[in-house]
Order: sequence, then C-alpha cells, then structure tokens
Amino acid sequence: MIVPVPVRDPQADGLPMFSYGVLRLLGLTLTLLAASIVVFVVLEVLPGDPAQVMLGINAQPDTLEALRAELGLNAPALTRYLEWVTGMFRGDFGISYTYDVPVAELLAERAWVSLPLAVIALTLSTALAFPIGIMAARFRGRALDTGIMGLTQIGIAIPNFWFAILLVYVFAIVLRLVPSGGFPGWDAGFFTALQALILPAIALALPQAAILARVMRSALIDVMSEDYIRTARAKGLSARVTLWRHGVRNALIPVLTILGLQFSFLIAGTVIIENVFYLPGLGRLIFQAITQRDLMTVKSGVMVLVALVVAITFIVDLAYAAVDPRLRRGR
Amino acid sequence: MNTHKTLRAFTKLAIGTALAMGLAGATLSAAQTKTDVSLGIVLEPPHLDPTAGAAAAIDEVTYANVFEGLTRIGPNGEVLPALAKSWEISEDGLTYTFRLQDDVRFHDGTDFNAEDVKFSLDRARSADSTNAQKPLFEAIESVEVVAPDTVQVVLSRPVGGFLFNLGWGDAVIVAPESADSNKTQPVGTGPFAFDRWVKGQEISLKRFEDYWGEPAALEAAQFKIIADPNAAFAAMMSGDVDAFPNFPAPETLMQFETDPRFTVSVGSTEGETILAMNNANGPLANALVRQAISHAINKQALIEGAMFGRGTPIGSHFAPHHPAYTDLTGTYPFDPDKAKELLAEAGFADGFTATLKLPPPQYARRGGELIRSDLQKVGIELEIVPLEWAQWLTEVFREKNYDFTIVSHTEPMDIGIYARDDYYFNYDNPEFKELISALNAETDKEKRYDLMRQAQEMITADAVNVFLFQLGKTGVWNAELEGLWENAPIQANDITKVHWKN
Repeated sequence: MIVPVPVRDPQADGLPMFSYGVLRLLGLTLTLLAASIVVFVVLEVLPGDPAQVMLGINAQPDTLEALRAELGLNAPALTRYLEWVTGMFRGDFGISYTYDVPVAELLAERAWVSLPLAVIALTLSTALAFPIGIMAARFRGRALDTGIMGLTQIGIAIPNFWFAILLVYVFAIVLRLVPSGGFPGWDAGFFTALQALILPAIALALPQAAILARVMRSALIDVMSEDYIRTARAKGLSARVTLWRHGVRNALIPVLTILGLQFSFLIAGTVIIENVFYLPGLGRLIFQAITQRDLMTVKSGVMVLVALVVAITFIVDLAYAAVDPRLRRGR
Repeated sequence: MNTHKTLRAFTKLAIGTALAMGLAGATLSAAQTKTDVSLGIVLEPPHLDPTAGAAAAIDEVTYANVFEGLTRIGPNGEVLPALAKSWEISEDGLTYTFRLQDDVRFHDGTDFNAEDVKFSLDRARSADSTNAQKPLFEAIESVEVVAPDTVQVVLSRPVGGFLFNLGWGDAVIVAPESADSNKTQPVGTGPFAFDRWVKGQEISLKRFEDYWGEPAALEAAQFKIIADPNAAFAAMMSGDVDAFPNFPAPETLMQFETDPRFTVSVGSTEGETILAMNNANGPLANALVRQAISHAINKQALIEGAMFGRGTPIGSHFAPHHPAYTDLTGTYPFDPDKAKELLAEAGFADGFTATLKLPPPQYARRGGELIRSDLQKVGIELEIVPLEWAQWLTEVFREKNYDFTIVSHTEPMDIGIYARDDYYFNYDNPEFKELISALNAETDKEKRYDLMRQAQEMITADAVNVFLFQLGKTGVWNAELEGLWENAPIQANDITKVHWKN
C-alpha cells in the first residue's frame, strides 16, 4: 500500500530555491489538468444513467428525459468538460445531482470531519512512531528492539477496520465511554466533537505509526553507519548528541516522504474507517456519490482530493529543503 | 460480568479527563425522561422531496411524518383518510369528489386548501414532471376546485386502486410556494416539520405545533444514517440509536432476541423477491425450461441460507398478507429429477450456460451463489456477474441484456408490471394484459380480488419468473419504545404514533 517514493534531487539542476518552487508549481498545475481529463473521461464511459438511478424502475421515458434536461446531461461532452473546468477556476464546483446543493458546500462540510481526523491521526502516529523508531534504532538487536519490531509487525498486519470494530466493541458497547460512531458536528462543542473522533483516529493512527516507526528505525540505522557519524563521535560528541544532532536529522528525509504519503492516505483513503464509525467524511461522500451516479459530486470531489494530495507533495518537497540546508542554499 | 467490571475500572483510570467529562454529560442526559427518538436508517435519502425521486429512503424519513397525501396507507396496507376526510365515487367510477380537512397549515404557516391539491396533482402529471411514479396519475383527466374544501378528480378510465395510489409518497400534497425547495427544505402538512440535515450524518425533525390532527407524542426525532452492518449493531447495542426499523445485520439478531433491553420485530414487506428470467432469450423463451428451473431451486434452503430464515415462501408475484393472496407455493416443489425431465423434454437434456447478473443487496449476492449451485445440479451452468445498481438499471432493466437476475420488487400491488409492454422480463401474454385491464377497470372489491387471483395463477402457470420469497422486515428497537410499524406495506417509518412507555 505504501510505496517509498525515491526522493527527488532538485539540486541536480543547480536551480535556486525560488525557481525550483516555481517549476514544481507549474508541474503540479499540469498534473491537475491531466487529472481533470482522466476523471472526466472515466465518468463519461462509466455505465449507468444518473436520471434512471434517481427515478427508479417505474419512471417513464419522458420523465427521464425531463430530468436529464434539468440536470444538463444532454449537452455535448466537450461543452460540459469546459463548463466544469472553468467553473472550478471560478470556485464553482457544480450542483450535486442527488442532493441538489452546491458540491462546494458538501465538500466543505465533509472536510470539517476529514481534515481534523487526518491531522489528529497523523499527530498521534508521529508522536508514537518517532520515539519508538528512535529507541529501536538506539537499542538495535537487543530485546527492546526485537520486542518493538514484533509489535510493529502486528500493527502492520492487523487490518484497521477490524481493529476499529474491536475498539467500538470495547469502548462503546462494553465500557460506554464514547459513542459508537457518528459525528455531532463542531457546533455541538469542541470536546463532544473531539470525543467522536478519538476512536477513528486511533484506529487510523496505529497501523500508520507501525509503518512509520519501522521506516524511522531503518533510516536511522542506515545513517548511523555513515562516515560523518564516526567523525562526529571522533571529535568528542557523546552518543546521545550525535544521535539527535546528526542521526535523526539526516534520517528525516525518507520519514518525510512516508509522512506525506500517509497524510494523503488519511485524507482520501479512509472510507472503510468512516463506514465503521459512520462518520460523514470525504471518502464516504465520494463513495456514496459513485453508487448513486452523482457524477458532479464525484468529479469535483475527486479533483479536490487530487489537489490536496498534490499540495501535500509540494509541501513535502519544500520540507526536504527545510531539512537539508544544501537545498535551501540552492547549491 | 466480573471481568467487565475490572476492565471497566481499569480503563476508566487509564482514560484522560476529556473522556471522563464527556461520560458525565452522557449519563446526565440519559437520566431525564426521553421525549425524542433516534432511528437508524441504512441509506441516506438523496433529497427530501418524495415527489421527485424513487429512492425509498426519502419516504423512510418523510412519509406521514412530514408530508401527507389525500389518503394514506396504514400499518397493514389499508387505505385511510388523510388530508381528504371523506370522498364520494360516481357510479361509473370516473369522478372522485374529495372533502378536505379544515384548518390545515403547511409548516411555513401558509394555508392548505383545494388549490394546493390541484397544484400538486397537476404538477405530478405535467409534461415536464420528474415524478418517479408518474404512471400513478396517468388516468387523471382533470382536477377541479369545486370549493376551498372540495376537489373533484375526473379519470379517463376507471382505476380500481386509485385511492391506494393517492396514498403513495409520490402523491403527497405540496404547496406552490415551497414545491421547488422541498428537496432541501421540505414543507408539508404532517405532524413533524423538518429541522436540520447534517449531510451524511443525520436528519432531524421536530414536532409541528400547529398540526391539524392528533399531535405527535414525540417532540423530536433524528434519523441517523448508518450503512455498515457492524456499525448498526454497535449503535444499537450501545444505545446510540433507539430503533433500527430495517436492521441490516440479520446474523446478529439472536443477540438482540435474548437481550431484554430490545424488541425484535419480524414483519412482512411488499418485496416479492424473484429470480427474473429473460423470457425472450434462448432456452428461457421455452416455458418448459422455466418450469424446470422453478423445480430445480430449493426455495426453503435459499430463505435459510441467504436470509437467515427471515422470508416467507411465495408461489407468485403477490404479497402473502393481502386478502386476495392465493397460495401457489406447491406448484413447483423442489424436485431436481422432475427438472431434468422437463429440460430433456424441452430439448436441453445436456443443460446450457447462461449469465446471472446480481445487483448489490445481500439477498441477491448470497441467493445468487445458492441458485447457481442448485442449477448446476440439473446441468445449467451460470456465470455470476455482480453489478452496481446504476449498472443494473441500465444493463438489465433498460437494455434487457441478461438471462437471469435476482431482485426484490418492493412496490405495493405491482402484479400489473407483468402486463407492461417491453418490461424487462420480456413476458408477452395478451391474455394476461386483458386480465389486468379488466382489473384496472373493476371497482367492486370481490370482483377485483377474483381477478387478482386469476392473475397470480396465470403468471405462475407460465413460470414467468421463479418466485423465491417475500422479503421480511426485521426491526430492532428499545423495549421501552412503542408504536413503530411491524410490517412495511410501503417503505415508511411512520413515527406519528411512536412514544416511550410511562
């Protein structure tokens, strides 16, 4: 599921940081444009008529035709594509076929669940993974390391939906500490809303933390065998200071790559967890829209997710530069 | 129990203050007397206008609660007066005169009168109408306002079930001022008004204080959307929802049945579940082959295996709880040898291969596997093709590109679909069409029942489809809750009579 992406090496072009950023931005815009074409074409060839889905099996042909006209489904494909794309540039994401409200409104509502959930889960997984990974690397080969590696193996192997069901059973049914699911909305109070997100965040965070801890450990072990670490020790730095100042910092690049991928996953790929906890998140919105052939919501929703993922990639690229001073100086 | 307590004590210690605060809040609210109810529903309605969509979920929230029609359908499928307090039907069965309830207001405060009735019926049958059940209004020739409280509807031909038709969710009365915004802000005349809708999460209704009839006992109701069977189980068990009228996890019902906190209700629906056959395709065009297939399927095993025993065997396309039901379940008893004989007689001694296209519901997916293995034993090889609803509607229903499919026909009193030209079964029997037009024209109850019986017998004799079972409705709710429907003559969650004991 998580494939480590080779770290791009922008300094090969010898460009300063600013033009590097501009070039990346240009590439990202082209990515978005290509994605919009793919999304549109896929939905064009997808079998199923939105009008028939909405009106069911007793609908008469003239009724279907009336609805298709109302939804603007009869215009040529190119016209509809251009209207859609130019609309998005103006911030108009279209009207949902089934809900009959602006798609932007739907997405915004859902983002208020999905984004906080992703942030909480990512914070949790990072807070767990960093110390665990560093400890494992520090006590490499000893009992603690073996124990941690065993636990993370289990963490990766357990499917997160199953873990989620288990959490619901223990904390919602047996102990009744938290609701079994649902989301009351932030206007119900910060703590009430937070309470609804705790179990899903844990269910999402643990497998991610297991992966992240393993990446942290192996990256750190790699770094610690480098020559400059020996040099640092030789000039008199303690093992502890060497580990933190030179080890962890240099191990961050692969960890950042994985973090970026995990954040993208947490925003777009949590539909199963959203189902278990019946949370109104972005993943479920799009899943539901696909089965109901609410093509406008699918198209615009997928594009927003693509844009988010692209933005995260961009931020991760910038973070590389922040971690690696050589990139900052544009050498 | 003891381990629970220890575990509970331990975890309470381990959990932070934020959680403890939330817990305190929860116990506090549970101590007060409840005046609201939260119900679980599996599918979220696309919108809330029952006159502009086929999704059953729209009626599950709005029927009888928010919107009312001239008539309404009661818990056992009977036609009851609603916005029309009485009616007269002319001798020839063509003119219906409705006397309307007085002092009725819409939720936005506007008056209800005969003009609204005319508006609603004319809107539903107009040329640009997007009403999913437009055929219900097909026979209406004119709607006239006689007085503010009297409406006259003239039909072009007698329609036996017209009063029943007016009780459908698709025939509710809406106001011209609010009709266009009913999808997101439904305004009806019912005892509950729309409150708010958190998309993907829940829809809240609140009691309408100016209701013309008997006010609802509940002050408010929330319909929570819970699609996942595990989540439904957890929500019920933890008390997050008070009732799940159509419970989606039949495999867990035993646990609720043995728990005194819950009531489990098993009722019937209008859902005739059939193995539909393309009567115009290859071997299936031969009635002998269709009869052979009817003999080859073990329906009782199917009910046990695919539905956990919650379904009633049927022998035709007709609901067993209807007075005109005639028991034809013995027509094609499970008999693989007989099936092989019939196949040989039809010239398919070596069987044949065909496709079985399955829509998403569990009855179809689980039932499909069992049917495949039954038919394999008589030499018919089925290739299973799972489809989404949207694909099913296009490929199977509209294009009729299929051999077999499994689907539940949930519309009430829908045996008439077998008389439709070009319907997806491709059944074309002029005699049956005559029978149904005679039924439509007949208004005498006993004569109608007799025609209905003949209709059931005719499609069973022709073995148009394999009639598998009547879909059961299994609901789970808090044992303290009363007044929910046990049966589902239409797909509604009528909460107008729901109340807590004490």
